[in-house]
Amino acid sequence: MMRASPARIALYVVSALVLVYLILPVLIIAPISFSSARFLTFPPPSFSLRWYQQYFSNPAWMQATRVTLTVALLTVVIATPFGVAAAYAISQSKLRIMRLIHLALLLPLVVPIIITAVGIFFVYAKVGLVATMPGLVLANVMLGLPYVVISVLAGLQSFDPAQEMVARSLGMNRLRSFFAVTLPQIKSSVVAGGIFAFISAMDETIVALFISGGQYQPLTKRMFTALRDEIDPTIAAISTLMTAASFMLVLLASARQKRSG
Amino acid sequence: MLALVSPALLVILALIVLPVGWLAWQSIYHDGFTLENYRRVFTEDVYWRSFALTFEISLAVTAIALLLGYPVAYLANSVPKGWSILILSLVVLPFWTSVLVRAYAWLALLQRTGVINQFLRYLDVISEPLALVHNTFGTVVATVHILLPFMVLPLYATMQKIPNDLMQAGASLGASPSLTFMRVFLPLSLPGVLAGCTMVFVLCLGFYITPELLGGGRTVMVSMLVSRNVELYNQFGAASAVAVVLLISVLVIFFVVSRFISLDRVLGQK
Repeated sequence: MMRASPARIALYVVSALVLVYLILPVLIIAPISFSSARFLTFPPPSFSLRWYQQYFSNPAWMQATRVTLTVALLTVVIATPFGVAAAYAISQSKLRIMRLIHLALLLPLVVPIIITAVGIFFVYAKVGLVATMPGLVLANVMLGLPYVVISVLAGLQSFDPAQEMVARSLGMNRLRSFFAVTLPQIKSSVVAGGIFAFISAMDETIVALFISGGQYQPLTKRMFTALRDEIDPTIAAISTLMTAASFMLVLLASARQKRSG
Repeated sequence: MLALVSPALLVILALIVLPVGWLAWQSIYHDGFTLENYRRVFTEDVYWRSFALTFEISLAVTAIALLLGYPVAYLANSVPKGWSILILSLVVLPFWTSVLVRAYAWLALLQRTGVINQFLRYLDVISEPLALVHNTFGTVVATVHILLPFMVLPLYATMQKIPNDLMQAGASLGASPSLTFMRVFLPLSLPGVLAGCTMVFVLCLGFYITPELLGGGRTVMVSMLVSRNVELYNQFGAASAVAVVLLISVLVIFFVVSRFISLDRVLGQK
Protein backbone atom coordinates (compact mmCIF):
# COMPACT_ATOMS: atom_id res chain seq x y z
CA MET A 1 0.00 0.00 0.00
CA MET A 2 2.95 2.32 0.46
CA ARG A 3 3.72 1.94 -3.27
CA ALA A 4 3.15 5.22 -5.10
CA SER A 5 -0.04 4.31 -6.94
CA PRO A 6 -1.77 7.02 -8.99
CA ALA A 7 -4.33 7.37 -6.20
CA ARG A 8 -1.55 7.85 -3.70
CA ILE A 9 0.12 10.52 -5.83
CA ALA A 10 -3.21 12.32 -6.24
CA LEU A 11 -3.57 12.22 -2.47
CA TYR A 12 -0.17 13.85 -2.01
CA VAL A 13 -0.88 16.56 -4.58
CA VAL A 14 -4.34 17.43 -3.23
CA SER A 15 -3.09 17.49 0.36
CA ALA A 16 -0.13 19.67 -0.55
CA LEU A 17 -2.41 22.16 -2.31
CA VAL A 18 -4.77 22.27 0.66
CA LEU A 19 -1.86 22.89 3.02
CA VAL A 20 -0.62 25.73 0.81
CA TYR A 21 -4.13 27.20 0.88
CA LEU A 22 -4.07 27.00 4.69
CA ILE A 23 -0.64 28.51 5.16
CA LEU A 24 -0.40 31.11 2.40
CA PRO A 25 -2.62 33.78 4.01
CA VAL A 26 -0.71 33.47 7.28
CA LEU A 27 2.62 33.96 5.50
CA ILE A 28 1.59 36.78 3.19
CA ILE A 29 1.03 39.38 5.91
CA ALA A 30 4.57 39.81 7.19
CA PRO A 31 6.06 40.82 3.79
CA ILE A 32 3.25 43.35 3.29
CA SER A 33 3.91 44.84 6.72
CA PHE A 34 7.55 45.53 5.78
CA SER A 35 6.61 47.12 2.46
CA SER A 36 7.15 50.77 1.70
CA ALA A 37 4.10 50.98 -0.55
CA ARG A 38 1.02 52.93 0.47
CA PHE A 39 -1.30 50.38 -1.08
CA LEU A 40 -1.29 46.64 -1.02
CA THR A 41 1.29 45.55 -3.52
CA PHE A 42 3.04 42.28 -3.72
CA PRO A 43 5.91 41.72 -3.91
CA PRO A 44 6.67 44.89 -1.92
CA PRO A 45 8.72 47.49 -3.85
CA SER A 46 11.18 48.04 -1.01
CA PHE A 47 11.74 47.27 2.63
CA SER A 48 10.47 49.74 5.21
CA LEU A 49 9.44 49.96 8.82
CA ARG A 50 7.11 52.90 8.29
CA TRP A 51 3.94 50.93 9.11
CA TYR A 52 5.41 49.79 12.41
CA GLN A 53 6.34 53.41 13.08
CA GLN A 54 2.79 54.47 12.24
CA TYR A 55 1.46 51.95 14.68
CA PHE A 56 3.77 52.78 17.56
CA SER A 57 3.42 56.54 17.13
CA ASN A 58 -0.36 56.61 16.87
CA PRO A 59 -1.98 57.33 20.28
CA ALA A 60 -5.28 55.72 19.27
CA TRP A 61 -3.60 52.42 18.32
CA MET A 62 -1.47 52.52 21.48
CA GLN A 63 -4.49 53.14 23.69
CA ALA A 64 -6.28 50.22 21.97
CA THR A 65 -3.24 48.01 22.56
CA ARG A 66 -3.22 48.90 26.25
CA VAL A 67 -6.91 48.04 26.49
CA THR A 68 -6.38 44.69 24.76
CA LEU A 69 -3.45 43.69 26.97
CA THR A 70 -5.20 44.80 30.17
CA VAL A 71 -8.39 42.96 29.27
CA ALA A 72 -6.51 39.80 28.28
CA LEU A 73 -4.44 39.78 31.48
CA LEU A 74 -7.42 40.42 33.76
CA THR A 75 -9.34 37.73 31.88
CA VAL A 76 -6.63 35.18 32.62
CA VAL A 77 -6.37 36.24 36.26
CA ILE A 78 -10.11 35.75 36.77
CA ALA A 79 -11.00 32.95 34.35
CA THR A 80 -8.16 30.62 35.38
CA PRO A 81 -9.03 30.20 39.09
CA PHE A 82 -12.76 30.10 38.29
CA GLY A 83 -12.19 27.47 35.61
CA VAL A 84 -9.81 25.37 37.71
CA ALA A 85 -12.21 25.35 40.66
CA ALA A 86 -15.09 24.37 38.40
CA ALA A 87 -13.13 21.63 36.59
CA TYR A 88 -11.95 20.21 39.90
CA ALA A 89 -15.50 20.13 41.28
CA ILE A 90 -16.86 18.56 38.10
CA SER A 91 -14.24 15.81 38.11
CA GLN A 92 -14.53 14.99 41.82
CA SER A 93 -18.21 15.33 42.49
CA LYS A 94 -20.71 12.57 41.87
CA LEU A 95 -23.70 14.89 41.97
CA ARG A 96 -25.88 14.41 38.91
CA ILE A 97 -26.33 18.13 38.45
CA MET A 98 -22.59 18.42 37.72
CA ARG A 99 -23.15 16.92 34.28
CA LEU A 100 -25.57 19.75 33.55
CA ILE A 101 -23.21 22.37 34.98
CA HIS A 102 -20.40 20.97 32.85
CA LEU A 103 -22.56 21.46 29.75
CA ALA A 104 -23.52 24.97 30.89
CA LEU A 105 -19.85 25.92 31.15
CA LEU A 106 -19.37 24.91 27.52
CA LEU A 107 -22.26 27.11 26.35
CA PRO A 108 -19.97 29.90 25.11
CA LEU A 109 -18.64 27.45 22.51
CA VAL A 110 -22.10 26.37 21.41
CA VAL A 111 -24.08 29.60 21.20
CA PRO A 112 -23.20 31.54 18.05
CA ILE A 113 -21.03 34.43 19.18
CA ILE A 114 -23.14 37.05 17.42
CA ILE A 115 -26.12 36.03 19.59
CA THR A 116 -24.05 36.19 22.76
CA ALA A 117 -22.73 39.59 21.69
CA VAL A 118 -26.13 41.16 21.04
CA GLY A 119 -27.57 39.64 24.23
CA ILE A 120 -24.74 41.00 26.35
CA PHE A 121 -25.15 44.38 24.67
CA PHE A 122 -28.83 44.55 25.69
CA VAL A 123 -28.07 43.50 29.28
CA TYR A 124 -25.12 45.90 29.56
CA ALA A 125 -27.24 48.73 28.17
CA LYS A 126 -29.66 48.21 31.08
CA VAL A 127 -27.01 48.11 33.80
CA GLY A 128 -24.63 50.72 32.37
CA LEU A 129 -21.71 48.46 31.50
CA VAL A 130 -21.49 49.42 27.83
CA ALA A 131 -18.13 51.00 26.91
CA THR A 132 -16.58 50.16 30.28
CA MET A 133 -13.53 48.15 31.23
CA PRO A 134 -15.32 45.85 33.73
CA GLY A 135 -17.93 45.06 31.07
CA LEU A 136 -15.27 44.06 28.56
CA VAL A 137 -13.35 41.95 31.08
CA LEU A 138 -16.46 40.12 32.33
CA ALA A 139 -17.53 39.18 28.81
CA ASN A 140 -14.07 37.84 28.05
CA VAL A 141 -13.94 35.86 31.29
CA MET A 142 -17.16 34.14 30.20
CA LEU A 143 -15.76 33.43 26.73
CA GLY A 144 -12.44 32.16 28.12
CA LEU A 145 -13.89 29.84 30.80
CA PRO A 146 -14.58 26.87 28.50
CA TYR A 147 -10.92 26.74 27.42
CA VAL A 148 -9.71 26.57 31.01
CA VAL A 149 -12.36 24.02 31.99
CA ILE A 150 -11.65 21.75 29.01
CA SER A 151 -7.88 21.92 29.45
CA VAL A 152 -7.94 21.33 33.22
CA LEU A 153 -10.50 18.51 32.97
CA ALA A 154 -8.22 16.79 30.47
CA GLY A 155 -5.32 17.22 32.91
CA LEU A 156 -7.35 15.86 35.82
CA GLN A 157 -8.26 12.76 33.83
CA SER A 158 -4.73 11.46 34.09
CA PHE A 159 -4.50 12.38 37.76
CA ASP A 160 -5.21 9.73 40.35
CA PRO A 161 -7.51 11.22 43.03
CA ALA A 162 -6.29 8.56 45.44
CA GLN A 163 -3.13 10.61 45.88
CA GLU A 164 -5.13 13.44 47.32
CA MET A 165 -6.89 10.98 49.62
CA VAL A 166 -3.53 9.90 50.91
CA ALA A 167 -2.52 13.48 51.61
CA ARG A 168 -5.75 14.04 53.48
CA SER A 169 -5.41 10.84 55.46
CA LEU A 170 -2.02 12.17 56.52
CA GLY A 171 -3.77 15.16 58.05
CA MET A 172 -3.86 17.80 55.32
CA ASN A 173 -7.14 19.54 54.79
CA ARG A 174 -8.78 19.52 51.40
CA LEU A 175 -7.48 22.93 50.37
CA ARG A 176 -3.89 22.22 51.36
CA SER A 177 -3.88 18.81 49.75
CA PHE A 178 -5.18 20.38 46.54
CA PHE A 179 -2.39 22.94 46.46
CA ALA A 180 0.32 20.55 47.64
CA VAL A 181 -0.58 17.41 45.70
CA THR A 182 -3.07 18.00 42.90
CA LEU A 183 -2.16 21.41 41.53
CA PRO A 184 1.54 20.69 40.88
CA GLN A 185 0.55 17.68 38.78
CA ILE A 186 -2.04 19.50 36.66
CA LYS A 187 0.00 22.72 36.48
CA SER A 188 0.69 22.32 32.76
CA SER A 189 -2.97 22.05 31.81
CA VAL A 190 -3.78 25.01 34.05
CA VAL A 191 -1.14 27.13 32.34
CA ALA A 192 -2.26 25.93 28.90
CA GLY A 193 -5.89 26.78 29.73
CA GLY A 194 -4.83 30.23 30.94
CA ILE A 195 -2.87 30.86 27.75
CA PHE A 196 -5.84 29.84 25.60
CA ALA A 197 -8.04 32.21 27.61
CA PHE A 198 -5.49 34.96 26.97
CA ILE A 199 -5.43 34.33 23.23
CA SER A 200 -9.22 34.12 23.17
CA ALA A 201 -9.45 37.55 24.86
CA MET A 202 -6.76 39.02 22.63
CA ASP A 203 -8.52 37.89 19.44
CA GLU A 204 -12.10 38.49 20.54
CA THR A 205 -13.78 40.89 18.15
CA ILE A 206 -17.52 40.45 17.83
CA VAL A 207 -18.57 41.05 21.42
CA ALA A 208 -16.20 44.04 21.56
CA LEU A 209 -17.84 45.50 18.45
CA PHE A 210 -21.13 45.74 20.34
CA ILE A 211 -20.14 46.53 23.90
CA SER A 212 -16.90 48.50 23.70
CA GLY A 213 -16.56 52.16 22.91
CA GLY A 214 -14.91 55.45 23.76
CA GLN A 215 -11.44 55.04 25.17
CA TYR A 216 -12.06 51.39 26.06
CA GLN A 217 -11.92 49.95 22.56
CA PRO A 218 -9.64 46.95 22.11
CA LEU A 219 -7.28 46.57 19.18
CA THR A 220 -9.58 44.20 17.32
CA LYS A 221 -12.45 46.68 17.27
CA ARG A 222 -10.21 49.41 15.82
CA MET A 223 -8.80 46.95 13.29
CA PHE A 224 -12.27 45.89 12.22
CA THR A 225 -13.34 49.48 11.65
CA ALA A 226 -10.12 50.24 9.79
CA LEU A 227 -10.56 47.19 7.57
CA ARG A 228 -14.11 48.16 6.73
CA ASP A 229 -13.22 51.73 5.85
CA GLU A 230 -9.82 51.73 4.20
CA ILE A 231 -7.06 49.25 3.99
CA ASP A 232 -3.79 50.54 5.32
CA PRO A 233 -0.63 48.45 5.77
CA THR A 234 -0.56 49.59 9.42
CA ILE A 235 -3.03 46.74 9.87
CA ALA A 236 -0.47 44.37 8.38
CA ALA A 237 2.10 45.52 10.93
CA ILE A 238 -0.36 45.02 13.80
CA SER A 239 -1.44 41.67 12.34
CA THR A 240 2.16 40.49 12.16
CA LEU A 241 2.76 41.44 15.79
CA MET A 242 -0.49 39.78 16.92
CA THR A 243 0.27 36.60 15.00
CA ALA A 244 3.79 36.46 16.42
CA ALA A 245 2.38 36.92 19.93
CA SER A 246 -0.22 34.15 19.42
CA PHE A 247 2.32 31.72 18.04
CA MET A 248 4.74 32.29 20.88
CA LEU A 249 1.96 31.74 23.41
CA VAL A 250 0.81 28.56 21.67
CA LEU A 251 4.35 27.20 21.57
CA LEU A 252 4.63 27.97 25.26
CA ALA A 253 1.35 26.21 25.97
CA SER A 254 2.18 23.11 23.96
CA ALA A 255 5.69 22.91 25.40
CA ARG A 256 4.12 22.87 28.85
CA GLN A 257 1.54 20.27 27.88
CA LYS A 258 4.26 18.05 26.42
CA ARG A 259 6.29 18.26 29.59
CA SER A 260 3.32 16.97 31.56
CA GLY A 261 3.28 14.14 29.00
CA MET B 1 -18.31 21.05 45.51
CA LEU B 2 -21.16 23.30 44.40
CA ALA B 3 -19.37 26.19 46.07
CA LEU B 4 -16.37 25.54 43.85
CA VAL B 5 -18.32 25.72 40.61
CA SER B 6 -20.43 28.68 41.64
CA PRO B 7 -18.10 31.52 40.53
CA ALA B 8 -17.76 30.05 37.05
CA LEU B 9 -21.43 29.16 36.92
CA LEU B 10 -22.42 32.66 38.02
CA VAL B 11 -20.37 34.19 35.19
CA ILE B 12 -22.03 31.85 32.69
CA LEU B 13 -25.51 32.55 34.05
CA ALA B 14 -25.06 36.32 34.10
CA LEU B 15 -23.24 36.68 30.80
CA ILE B 16 -24.73 34.12 28.50
CA VAL B 17 -27.86 32.53 29.96
CA LEU B 18 -29.39 35.83 31.06
CA PRO B 19 -28.49 37.71 27.83
CA VAL B 20 -29.88 34.95 25.61
CA GLY B 21 -32.99 34.74 27.80
CA TRP B 22 -33.33 38.49 27.50
CA LEU B 23 -33.19 38.22 23.71
CA ALA B 24 -35.88 35.56 23.73
CA TRP B 25 -38.09 37.69 25.97
CA GLN B 26 -37.53 40.81 23.92
CA SER B 27 -38.45 38.96 20.73
CA ILE B 28 -41.97 38.28 21.99
CA TYR B 29 -42.62 41.17 24.38
CA HIS B 30 -42.93 44.82 23.53
CA ASP B 31 -45.68 46.62 25.48
CA GLY B 32 -47.47 43.28 25.60
CA PHE B 33 -46.99 39.93 23.98
CA THR B 34 -46.58 39.95 20.25
CA LEU B 35 -45.51 37.59 17.53
CA GLU B 36 -45.04 40.47 15.11
CA ASN B 37 -41.24 40.05 15.06
CA TYR B 38 -41.52 36.39 14.10
CA ARG B 39 -44.15 37.17 11.50
CA ARG B 40 -41.65 39.55 9.91
CA VAL B 41 -38.80 37.06 10.06
CA PHE B 42 -40.86 34.37 8.40
CA THR B 43 -42.68 36.47 5.81
CA GLU B 44 -40.52 39.41 4.82
CA ASP B 45 -38.27 38.89 1.86
CA VAL B 46 -35.12 40.40 3.36
CA TYR B 47 -35.17 37.93 6.23
CA TRP B 48 -36.10 34.90 4.17
CA ARG B 49 -33.42 35.55 1.62
CA SER B 50 -30.80 36.03 4.28
CA PHE B 51 -31.67 32.76 6.03
CA ALA B 52 -31.72 30.91 2.70
CA LEU B 53 -28.37 32.42 1.70
CA THR B 54 -26.84 31.58 5.08
CA PHE B 55 -27.91 27.94 4.83
CA GLU B 56 -26.69 27.73 1.24
CA ILE B 57 -23.30 29.21 2.10
CA SER B 58 -23.00 26.98 5.17
CA LEU B 59 -23.80 23.88 3.09
CA ALA B 60 -21.30 24.88 0.42
CA VAL B 61 -18.62 25.66 2.99
CA THR B 62 -19.23 22.34 4.77
CA ALA B 63 -19.07 20.36 1.51
CA ILE B 64 -15.89 22.10 0.35
CA ALA B 65 -14.28 21.73 3.78
CA LEU B 66 -15.07 18.00 3.73
CA LEU B 67 -13.66 17.57 0.22
CA LEU B 68 -10.47 19.42 1.14
CA GLY B 69 -10.18 18.14 4.69
CA TYR B 70 -10.72 14.41 4.12
CA PRO B 71 -7.61 13.84 1.97
CA VAL B 72 -5.45 15.81 4.41
CA ALA B 73 -6.75 13.88 7.42
CA TYR B 74 -6.33 10.61 5.47
CA LEU B 75 -2.76 11.46 4.57
CA ALA B 76 -1.91 12.52 8.12
CA ASN B 77 -3.31 9.20 9.32
CA SER B 78 -1.34 7.08 6.85
CA VAL B 79 2.16 8.55 7.13
CA PRO B 80 4.80 7.99 9.86
CA LYS B 81 4.32 9.91 13.10
CA GLY B 82 6.79 12.72 12.39
CA TRP B 83 5.06 13.58 9.14
CA SER B 84 1.60 13.46 10.62
CA ILE B 85 2.66 15.87 13.37
CA LEU B 86 4.00 18.23 10.70
CA ILE B 87 0.79 18.03 8.65
CA LEU B 88 -1.42 18.57 11.70
CA SER B 89 0.71 21.53 12.84
CA LEU B 90 0.26 23.15 9.46
CA VAL B 91 -3.50 22.57 9.74
CA VAL B 92 -3.68 24.09 13.22
CA LEU B 93 -1.28 26.96 12.53
CA PRO B 94 -3.84 29.32 10.93
CA PHE B 95 -6.22 28.40 13.76
CA TRP B 96 -4.09 30.52 16.09
CA THR B 97 -4.12 33.53 13.83
CA SER B 98 -6.89 36.00 14.54
CA VAL B 99 -9.89 35.82 12.21
CA LEU B 100 -9.40 39.54 11.54
CA VAL B 101 -5.81 39.04 10.50
CA ARG B 102 -6.87 36.32 8.09
CA ALA B 103 -9.65 38.47 6.65
CA TYR B 104 -6.99 41.09 5.97
CA ALA B 105 -4.73 38.50 4.36
CA TRP B 106 -7.50 37.34 2.04
CA LEU B 107 -8.22 40.93 1.04
CA ALA B 108 -4.54 41.30 0.19
CA LEU B 109 -4.61 38.10 -1.83
CA LEU B 110 -7.93 38.38 -3.61
CA GLN B 111 -8.65 42.04 -4.33
CA ARG B 112 -8.44 43.55 -7.82
CA THR B 113 -4.85 44.65 -7.35
CA GLY B 114 -4.15 41.71 -5.06
CA VAL B 115 -1.48 39.06 -5.24
CA ILE B 116 -3.50 36.48 -7.17
CA ASN B 117 -4.80 38.89 -9.80
CA GLN B 118 -1.32 40.35 -10.32
CA PHE B 119 0.15 36.90 -10.64
CA LEU B 120 -2.45 35.77 -13.18
CA ARG B 121 -1.92 38.95 -15.20
CA TYR B 122 1.81 38.47 -15.08
CA LEU B 123 1.29 34.98 -16.52
CA ASP B 124 -1.03 36.51 -19.16
CA VAL B 125 -3.82 34.14 -18.13
CA ILE B 126 -6.22 37.07 -17.76
CA SER B 127 -6.26 40.60 -19.10
CA GLU B 128 -8.80 42.10 -16.70
CA PRO B 129 -8.61 41.48 -12.95
CA LEU B 130 -11.08 38.88 -11.69
CA ALA B 131 -13.67 39.85 -9.07
CA LEU B 132 -12.48 37.46 -6.37
CA VAL B 133 -13.57 39.34 -3.28
CA HIS B 134 -16.36 41.62 -2.03
CA ASN B 135 -18.76 38.89 -3.12
CA THR B 136 -19.93 35.44 -2.08
CA PHE B 137 -16.89 33.78 -3.64
CA GLY B 138 -14.45 35.66 -1.41
CA THR B 139 -16.61 34.97 1.63
CA VAL B 140 -16.63 31.23 0.95
CA VAL B 141 -12.87 31.04 0.27
CA ALA B 142 -12.04 32.80 3.54
CA THR B 143 -14.70 30.97 5.57
CA VAL B 144 -13.53 27.53 4.44
CA HIS B 145 -10.02 28.59 5.36
CA ILE B 146 -11.08 29.47 8.88
CA LEU B 147 -13.23 26.39 9.43
CA LEU B 148 -11.05 23.72 7.82
CA PRO B 149 -9.21 22.80 11.06
CA PHE B 150 -12.59 22.03 12.66
CA MET B 151 -13.10 19.45 9.89
CA VAL B 152 -9.63 17.92 9.77
CA LEU B 153 -9.15 17.38 13.52
CA PRO B 154 -12.26 15.24 14.22
CA LEU B 155 -11.68 13.34 10.95
CA TYR B 156 -8.12 12.56 11.97
CA ALA B 157 -9.17 11.57 15.49
CA THR B 158 -11.71 9.10 14.08
CA MET B 159 -9.34 7.68 11.47
CA GLN B 160 -6.74 7.07 14.17
CA LYS B 161 -9.12 4.67 15.85
CA ILE B 162 -9.70 2.56 12.73
CA PRO B 163 -7.51 -0.53 13.20
CA ASN B 164 -5.04 -1.14 10.40
CA ASP B 165 -5.75 -4.88 10.57
CA LEU B 166 -9.16 -4.28 9.04
CA MET B 167 -7.63 -2.83 5.90
CA GLN B 168 -5.15 -5.68 5.74
CA ALA B 169 -7.96 -8.18 6.22
CA GLY B 170 -9.79 -6.59 3.30
CA ALA B 171 -6.67 -6.77 1.15
CA SER B 172 -5.94 -10.38 2.11
CA LEU B 173 -9.47 -11.34 1.08
CA GLY B 174 -8.65 -10.04 -2.37
CA ALA B 175 -10.26 -6.60 -2.32
CA SER B 176 -8.48 -3.84 -4.21
CA PRO B 177 -7.23 -0.85 -2.17
CA SER B 178 -10.06 1.31 -3.50
CA LEU B 179 -12.67 -1.33 -2.62
CA THR B 180 -11.23 -1.72 0.88
CA PHE B 181 -11.35 2.03 1.24
CA MET B 182 -14.97 2.30 0.07
CA ARG B 183 -16.29 -0.69 2.00
CA VAL B 184 -14.21 -0.62 5.17
CA PHE B 185 -12.38 2.64 5.81
CA LEU B 186 -14.93 5.17 4.58
CA PRO B 187 -17.90 3.76 6.57
CA LEU B 188 -15.77 3.57 9.71
CA SER B 189 -14.71 7.19 9.30
CA LEU B 190 -18.30 8.44 9.04
CA PRO B 191 -18.63 9.44 12.71
CA GLY B 192 -15.68 11.79 12.16
CA VAL B 193 -17.31 13.10 8.99
CA LEU B 194 -20.50 13.79 10.90
CA ALA B 195 -18.65 15.47 13.78
CA GLY B 196 -16.58 17.65 11.46
CA CYS B 197 -19.50 18.61 9.24
CA THR B 198 -21.67 19.51 12.24
CA MET B 199 -19.07 21.79 13.75
CA VAL B 200 -18.26 23.50 10.45
CA PHE B 201 -21.91 23.93 9.49
CA VAL B 202 -22.96 25.30 12.88
CA LEU B 203 -20.02 27.68 13.16
CA CYS B 204 -20.64 28.89 9.64
CA LEU B 205 -24.32 29.64 10.38
CA GLY B 206 -23.24 32.28 12.89
CA PHE B 207 -20.27 33.68 10.96
CA TYR B 208 -20.00 37.43 11.09
CA ILE B 209 -16.58 38.98 10.54
CA THR B 210 -15.70 37.24 7.30
CA PRO B 211 -18.94 37.95 5.38
CA GLU B 212 -18.98 41.50 6.73
CA LEU B 213 -15.45 42.27 5.55
CA LEU B 214 -15.22 40.09 2.44
CA GLY B 215 -18.83 39.93 1.28
CA GLY B 216 -18.89 43.46 -0.05
CA GLY B 217 -22.28 44.24 1.50
CA ARG B 218 -24.11 41.94 -0.88
CA THR B 219 -23.65 38.72 1.04
CA VAL B 220 -25.96 39.46 3.96
CA MET B 221 -25.75 36.50 6.29
CA VAL B 222 -28.06 36.08 9.29
CA SER B 223 -25.49 37.40 11.74
CA MET B 224 -25.23 40.63 9.72
CA LEU B 225 -29.01 40.91 9.78
CA VAL B 226 -28.85 40.78 13.56
CA SER B 227 -26.13 43.39 13.82
CA ARG B 228 -27.72 45.74 11.28
CA ASN B 229 -31.06 45.59 13.06
CA VAL B 230 -29.30 46.60 16.26
CA GLU B 231 -26.77 49.12 15.02
CA LEU B 232 -28.46 50.78 12.08
CA TYR B 233 -32.19 50.45 12.56
CA ASN B 234 -32.60 50.09 16.34
CA GLN B 235 -34.98 47.23 15.63
CA PHE B 236 -34.19 45.35 18.83
CA GLY B 237 -37.27 43.11 18.64
CA ALA B 238 -36.55 42.03 15.08
CA ALA B 239 -32.86 41.47 15.85
CA SER B 240 -33.83 39.33 18.84
CA ALA B 241 -36.26 37.24 16.81
CA VAL B 242 -33.62 36.59 14.14
CA ALA B 243 -31.13 35.63 16.86
CA VAL B 244 -33.62 33.27 18.48
CA VAL B 245 -34.40 31.53 15.18
CA LEU B 246 -30.66 31.15 14.51
CA LEU B 247 -30.04 29.77 18.00
CA ILE B 248 -32.92 27.30 17.72
CA SER B 249 -31.55 26.10 14.36
CA VAL B 250 -28.17 25.49 15.96
CA LEU B 251 -29.63 23.69 18.98
CA VAL B 252 -31.84 21.50 16.78
CA ILE B 253 -28.80 20.50 14.71
CA PHE B 254 -26.80 19.65 17.84
CA PHE B 255 -29.75 17.69 19.24
CA VAL B 256 -30.28 15.66 16.05
CA VAL B 257 -26.56 14.96 15.71
CA SER B 258 -26.32 13.92 19.37
CA ARG B 259 -28.71 11.05 18.56
CA PHE B 260 -25.97 9.58 16.36
CA ILE B 261 -22.67 10.53 17.96
CA SER B 262 -21.51 11.89 21.29
CA LEU B 263 -21.51 15.67 21.42
CA ASP B 264 -18.14 15.56 23.18
CA ARG B 265 -16.76 14.37 19.88
CA VAL B 266 -18.30 17.31 18.02
CA LEU B 267 -16.96 19.82 20.54
CA GLY B 268 -13.54 18.28 20.14
CA GLN B 269 -13.18 17.00 23.67
CA LYS B 270 -12.44 13.43 22.79
